[in-house]
Formats: sequence, structure tokens, C-alpha cells
Amino acid sequence: MAQTAESLQPAKRKSHSLPYWVEPTFTVLALGLFGLYTLWLVFFQSSGQFHNYLSPFFSPTESWGIKVLPAIWVLWSPLLFRATCYYYRKEIYRGFLHDPMSCAVPEKRKHYFGETRFPFSWTNLHRWFWYVAVIVLVFLWIDAVQAFIFNGHFGVGLGSLIMLANVILLSAYTFSCHAFRHLIGGGSQKFTCADGRPTTRYKLWNRISAWNENHGTYAWISMFFVWFTDVYIRLLMHGVIHDVRFF
Amino acid sequence: MREEIAYHEYDVLVIGAGGAGLRAAIESAENGLKTAVLGKSLLGKAHTVMAEGGVAAALGNLDPQDGWETHFYDTMRSGHFINDYRMAEVHAKESPDRVLELEYWGAVFDRTPDGKIMQRPFGAHTFRRLAHVGDRTGKELIRTLEQKILTVKVDIFQEITATKLFKDQDRIAGCIAYYREDGRLAVFTAKAVVIATGGWGKAYKVTSNSWESTGDGAALAFRAGAELADMEMVQFHPTGMTWPPGVRGILVTEGVRGEGGLLFNSEGERFMEKYDPVRKELSSRDVVARSIYKEVRAGRGTPHGGAWLDITHKGAAFVKRKLPGMYEQFMALADVDITKTRFEVAPTIHYTMGGLRVDAYTASTNVPGLFAAGECAAGLHGANRLGGNSLSDILVFGRRAGAGATEYAKNSAMPKIDNAEVQAEVERVLAPLSRSEGENPYRLHEDLQEIMAAHVGIERNGPELEKGLARLQELRERTANMRAPGSRQFNPGWHSVFDVQNMCLLGEAIVRGAIERKESRGAQWRTDFPDELEEQGKVNYVQQVTDKGIVVRPEPVPPMPAELAELFTRGVAPGLANAARKE
Amino acid sequence: MPEDITLSVFRGDKGGGDEVEYKVPMQTGMVVLDALHFIQAHDAPDLAVRWNCKAAHCGSCSAEINGSLKLLCKTRVDDYVGEVIHVRPMHTFPVIKDLVTDVSWNYDMLRQVPAFQPAIKAPFTLQQRDVDRIQEFRNCIECFLCQNVCHVLRDHSAQDRYWGPRLMIRFAELEMHPLDTGDRMELLKGAAGIGMCNITKCCTVVCPQGINITDNGIIPLKERVADVYWDPLGGLVRKMHK
Repeated sequence: MAQTAESLQPAKRKSHSLPYWVEPTFTVLALGLFGLYTLWLVFFQSSGQFHNYLSPFFSPTESWGIKVLPAIWVLWSPLLFRATCYYYRKEIYRGFLHDPMSCAVPEKRKHYFGETRFPFSWTNLHRWFWYVAVIVLVFLWIDAVQAFIFNGHFGVGLGSLIMLANVILLSAYTFSCHAFRHLIGGGSQKFTCADGRPTTRYKLWNRISAWNENHGTYAWISMFFVWFTDVYIRLLMHGVIHDVRFF
Repeated sequence: MREEIAYHEYDVLVIGAGGAGLRAAIESAENGLKTAVLGKSLLGKAHTVMAEGGVAAALGNLDPQDGWETHFYDTMRSGHFINDYRMAEVHAKESPDRVLELEYWGAVFDRTPDGKIMQRPFGAHTFRRLAHVGDRTGKELIRTLEQKILTVKVDIFQEITATKLFKDQDRIAGCIAYYREDGRLAVFTAKAVVIATGGWGKAYKVTSNSWESTGDGAALAFRAGAELADMEMVQFHPTGMTWPPGVRGILVTEGVRGEGGLLFNSEGERFMEKYDPVRKELSSRDVVARSIYKEVRAGRGTPHGGAWLDITHKGAAFVKRKLPGMYEQFMALADVDITKTRFEVAPTIHYTMGGLRVDAYTASTNVPGLFAAGECAAGLHGANRLGGNSLSDILVFGRRAGAGATEYAKNSAMPKIDNAEVQAEVERVLAPLSRSEGENPYRLHEDLQEIMAAHVGIERNGPELEKGLARLQELRERTANMRAPGSRQFNPGWHSVFDVQNMCLLGEAIVRGAIERKESRGAQWRTDFPDELEEQGKVNYVQQVTDKGIVVRPEPVPPMPAELAELFTRGVAPGLANAARKE
Repeated sequence: MPEDITLSVFRGDKGGGDEVEYKVPMQTGMVVLDALHFIQAHDAPDLAVRWNCKAAHCGSCSAEINGSLKLLCKTRVDDYVGEVIHVRPMHTFPVIKDLVTDVSWNYDMLRQVPAFQPAIKAPFTLQQRDVDRIQEFRNCIECFLCQNVCHVLRDHSAQDRYWGPRLMIRFAELEMHPLDTGDRMELLKGAAGIGMCNITKCCTVVCPQGINITDNGIIPLKERVADVYWDPLGGLVRKMHK
């Protein structure tokens, strides 16, 4: 079954759920702090490199002659990818715009046009930002490989593992995307070949659908891990901590 | 103040918006007739949604030996041969087309590995025959018909209740109805009327039926002179829920036994081995229901008066995959995890085989211009209905009733409804609202259910039936004087006045039929006549309202022509016999 | 030892109304609908409530119980031990009387969706995998709780600009049918107003059938709209592919 099978589970008896404002408040705090941290990076930090470790905020370092603040050079693409992400959109509309804050909680806003007008209509461009995010992801994988090469020799430090975990989580987030799920197979009407066997697109769609169920989880974890990776490398750069070398 | 009444004219008026009614309306509308459908509920909520197992049709997708002959054979045998063979034949021949038609209209059935419509086995069907969608086939069926009817030109009146049929001389002329929403009244004049209002299981307390199953159409038609047949045949489904009290009677699908569930009494004995050593739990519904009942009577019942049904040996994963609806139903409503523990079941009223006596080909009743299809009609199922045949019934005969009504309406002029009759009915309908003293309809409904359970339940005998008849007649007098305080705006107390009146009339017909049929056959089990008698098998008991009240008379069961009778002489089902012959 | 429970039920009509308290003796396994039936039989015979099957198959008895949107037949009274149970009609639809609301708008919209247009005559050859996703959508019982909770309809009353989650699911089951030849994209983007949905997922949360309305229905439809209106490159590729 490619679709989520919630209907197979018994109706939950009384769920002792949290007050409705907890989730939107968490969203505001988490995204707000992350935003402030990012702004700090953009305006007050020019690099994120410590030997063979490269902060994901500053990758790739090559700018092919284009002159912008180092952090902005790449940052716009994952930022737009996340801002137009179907999962983050839900969290942003609920947390920041209170549209609605939670289910069946009354709204005060008078005028509402959903995603039919700019800027929200641009969320339809999500797939384009996905393409760009994949390109960035390629560089991050290269960085992750670099993180295991110490002066031309293979090695493993705590930083290498952190960077590897980071890029795995980012990949999980990127490839569990709703738009990708549609492009890879969800858009097709038929999943069966003439001989009765499943199409390749069906198999891929099926796989991505399973990942897609956890898209929200990947979204948060990968965001926090990017943050953590940058903090770790920044602490190394300033000599506050020392990297652990396993071999 | 004179009552404001809306007047409507239609070629074909369908009363009842379940599967049969919608199918009938689609047929007449597609033939270009001005058509209306009246329903007591919202569109798509009718009792059809409750059907779980599937729709029986000899498509032969899994068992190619299956064919209409075998389906016909199974239906007749299971009906103990008092069915109208012509209906059984038409039904068996046309069901596959009706199912495929649904698919063409957008129904999405489960599939076989080679991409055809999946079919599942069911009690007393020789082959795997029930086209289905998980355990929610009825919903798929009515949703498809709802979506279809929204695209054809039919006027749909939702939440409106008909209270009386009118006639112009002998022929049907239309009906009067009130809107549940605000009590407005409307008169519908129609060249042809199709009754498709379902059964009357709500006359009993322990039932799997929804509130709508109050037999309105059958009662209205009966009062208008139409004949009822086989009224004594009321099906008990062997497995309904017993506990907690609020859910008593809710259906536990036959699929539980189909997938391997076993029945035990309180002493841990698998008692079906005793009553039907060959088919055991998968015996026909009448046999299993009776067996559970006997065990309880012998003092071997479970705490809430039933039997244990156990499917735990199949493992949790299997149960959740095959019976997701049942798993959830017990979890949510009874706090019982059927994958881990056995659960209690007891017989519950499920279906009324009897009803309006109709022509097999046009679904017309004895009243010119009046047609009937679905559960409210009699003839197809005889003394016991096969699982899955009800859904195919409503499709096949819903369409035939629509076609019959179309044909009739095309060749007749618009009838006239006598205004005096309308005024008299308006007064009768509004009276309960203004009565200062009167019976409580809810209380009378409870009384009716108590009488039906006590005197004409699963086990019957002459003296009890006579007592029941006397009590019902007394109750019927009380129903003439019910009171419903409150306004005409969506007033359930007022609505139930008419439901109770209809059910009392039909309850009486059940008892009268049961008194006349002095034998045990299918759903009718009389302890004073415990055997199936050949002579009784040759008649249907037909009832009609005359000047002298309700008259019951035997009518001969139409004899099968030789080529059909021959199917029953081979000792095995036709499909199996053919297969054997080929080998 | 049956204790009494207290229900506070909305009584009124389009002119307004208020909650009225009733005491009902508690029974094992009782659902809120049972309690309302007890009130009808003993205290208020004209208490209006819509219901049919009492087994969560028909979707008639949608209401708001202590602020949650639920089916009355599936909500156990013992979930609210020690609390007053407030029962109110669906907020989004006009009240007819007490707990009964006028949901006819939903049927009017359903009528406007172009029906299934199969490419071939039945019988169809379709694999289970081809129909899995539309069977999920066809499990809808039309309780209209999703329509009720959807803030576009509930708070912004934008019925003229958005048809609501139930209708989106109807579009989805048609658009994803392997044999459907209809094209409803213009309607979906235009009058049906899929852009009004901001995927905040409350419809999915309240669905008593557990249909994943947002992830499996609305978002894939939004992507299909994007295919046509926001992706000229993809459109070109698809054209060449054909």
C-alpha cells in the first residue's frame, strides 16, 4: 500500500492532546531563532571552514566570480525550498499567520486569499526550488566526502560523522518532498505496464510515498542538524572545542 | 388557516433513495421521463451503505465454471423453493451486467491478480461470487449511484417523508409528503410510482438496520391495496454484537466466519459441529442463527445471551488485514481487541424477505402504475436470503422497476388526485402536533419491539403468535392517537408517529403470515410444526387490505419450467456438474 | 451504580438558541448519540438530530462535541468522565434546528464536478495497485466534517471561492482514475479554488475515515495544477512524451 494506512488503525480513544497553542508557539520559536541565527551568519560571518570541514551554510565556496555575501550565495535556495515546502507552509500558516492557529480555532483575519495571490501563489514554484536544492545537495555530499579526507589521507573525526549525518538527513528531507513524489510517479494515472507488472515510476512513487509520510519529521531534524553542524564547526574554528579523531 | 401545499407533477415518482430507488430513477430519467426521487434522509445515507460483504454476480472472474445457472440454483435452494423462479432467473442472468455498469459509472472494486473484479466466497454460494470493496461494498454502490444521479436530470427531494399514496380510480395517482426540515407539505402527482423504501427491521429491537428501515413504502402501498407476500420471512443474521447495550444488534459481518472464525458456547463446545457437521460455522444464516439461539435456551449462552466467536487463532496481522472494519468496530465501541480475545455474538434482525408482490419482469404490483423494487419487494429471496443477493437485487430490480414505470408512464395520461382526500390526509398528518393528550411515539415503538421479540421472534408457535396478534391489534388502535409536542420544524417525535404506524401494520402482517404458514422453512421456525412440509412449499401467503380488514390467502408458487427444474436433479450445483461432465 | 452524566445540548434554530442541560443515566459503552436518544425518549421528543446507521458508515451525525468535530455515534460518553458534554451543531453550515444543519451546498457543488469519463467500456482491466489510491478517497462517508473544519469555509465563508476538502477528494478520485479521460484542471484552479487551500491539514485531522486528504489528495492535485500552470518546461516534456 502506497498510501498511508491510517484508516486501518482503530479510532484512538480519548487522546490527551496538548493545548492547541503549543504547536504554533514551538514553530514560531524554532523558526524564529533559526532565522536570527541565519541573519547573524549572513551579516557577521564570512566563512564556515575548519580544515576539511565546511559548514553547510557556506557551501559551495566557489562563487564563480559572483560577488555576494558568502552566506547569501547559497542560502537563498534551501531557504526558498523550505519556505515553499508543503510541510513548512502548514507550520508557517498556523504559527505566524494564525490561518488558522489550530483546527476549529476562530480566526480574526478578515481578508483571506489562500495561495491564489502573490506572494503565496509562488509556492507553486516549489518544484523549481527542489531542482536547485538537489544541486546544492550534490555539493554538500562532496563536502561530506571531503570531511573524511585529512591532508590527503582517509580519517574519521566526530566532525566527519556529523557532516555525513547532516547530508543524509538533508537528503531524506529533499527526497521525501511532495513535489518530488508527484514528479517521480504520482503524476501518472496508471501504474501498470501492458504485461500487468508495475511500472518503474510506480515502484519509485511507492518508495517516496513511504518516505513522504515522515517529511515533517525530516524537515525539523534536518534543520536542527544543519544548525548544529554549523555551531560545531564554528566552535572548532574559534578553538572553543577540539575535534575528536577516531582514526 | 388553510394549509399551504406545494404541488408537483412527474411522469415517474420514486419513493426511496437507497440503491433500488436511485437505480430506478436513473433508468427512467435516461429514458427522458420527468423523474423525482424522494428520500427520508440525505442523499447517499440510505441503509444501502450498511452492506458490507459484496454484491453477488456470476462474473466467473475467479471460478470460470460459475454462471447464471449456478447462481440461480444457489438462490432457489437457499430460499427453500418458495421464491419466484422468474425473479431468481432474471436476477442471476442480469447481475453481472449491473455490476459492470457500476464499474463503468465509476465504482472501483477490488481487483484480482489479472486485473478483473475481485470476488469473495460467502455462505451457501457455490463459487466465489461476491464482487466487493473491502468490507464497505454498499457504500461504494450507493456512492456510485449518487454520483451518477447527480449527472442525470432527476429532481431529488432530500429529507422528505411520504405518508399516503393516492389513487385515481384503480390506478396510482401519487402521494403526499412532508419535509422533515420544516413540516411543509407537498403533493406529488405522478403517472407511475416506484416504491423502493427498503425493509422494516426496526420493528424489532435487536436489529442491524438503521432507523430508516420502518417499511414506509410497503405499508403505504399495502394500505393503497397492493398485495404483500411472504411476510413471515424475516431474516436473523446469526452474528450481531451483544455488548455494550448501545451497540446490541450491530452487524458482525459473515466475513468473520468466512475467514475462519469459530463459534463456541459457554462450555467451550464448538456447537456447530452438532447442528451442521458438514458446513459447521459456514452453514446458512437461518441454521446458524437458530443454533446459537438453541444453545442460549439450553443455558449454554455467554454472559449477555449469545455465543463466543473466536478468530484469535488466525493471528493479529491476518485479522487486521482481512477484517479492518470489524477490528475497529469492536475496538472503538466495545473496547474489545478481537485479535486477542474472543467476543460475544447473538442473532440480530437483518432483512425482510417478504414484501410487495411484484411481477418478475416489470416489478409492477397489482395496483396499476405502482411498482416496487429492493427489500420492500418480495419474491427473489423466498424463505432465506443469500448473502450478497440484496445488493444485486436492488440493481437488477431497481433498473427493471424504472423501466417498467417508464413503459407504463409513456402510455398513460396524468392522473388526478382527489382534493378531499388530500385535505383529510393533511388533517391526519398534522393532528399529533396539536393533540393535548396522546400516546408517546417513542414508548409505542418500544412496546412494538417488545411484542415482536416476545411473540414473533426467531422461535415461533401458534399460541404465542395468536397472543402477539391480539396485542398488536390493540397496539395499532393506540397508534391512532399519538401526540408529538413541539413545532413542525425538524421534530423527530412527530416523524416517528408515522414510522410507528407503518411498522405496526407490517408487524401485524408478519404475525399473520407466520400464523398461516404451519411449518418450519428457512427463517420461519415453528416449534409446533418443526418440519418443512411439501404441501406448504407450494404456496406463498399473500395478504391484502380489503373492506373486511387484512385478508391472507395462499397463492401457488409458480412452477418452474422443465429446463430449469432439471438443474436441481443432478445432485450438485450446475457449475460443478458441468465441470464433472467435462472431466 | 449508574451515575448520571450531564449533556449540554444546543437547542435553537436559524433565529438563534442556547444550550440546554439534560441528565442522562450512564450505561456501559454509551455513545453520545445514545444519550441524545435517551433525551428524545424522556425529556425532549422534538430534539432534532440527524442520524442513520449508528455504526459510522453513513456520516449523518456530525457535530461538535466539547469543541472537537466528531461523529456522535462514534464518540463514547466515558471519554468525558467528570465533564459536562457540550454538543453543538456544525458551525460552518446554517442551523435548521438543534443539531441539524443545512448541508445542501455540498451536494450543489458535487453536482458541478464533471463525472467520470471512462476511455473504454467495462469490464476494465485494472490492477489493485492502480486503484489503491482512489479507493482511499472513495472511502469517504460524506459526513462533511472536513468541510466544517476547513477554515476557508468556516472562518472566511469563502464558499463562493473554494469548494472544500470533500470536493477536492472527489476531484482526486476522478483525476487519478486510470481510465478517466476528463480534464478538470481549469475548473479546479478556477471556480473550485484549490489555491484557497493553505494545506493546514485540519481536514485530515478530523476525517473519521482516516483519509489522508491533504497529503494524498489535495497536494497531488496542487502539483497537477502546477504541472499545467507553473511548469512550461514540464508541459513541453510531457507533450513530447506523448
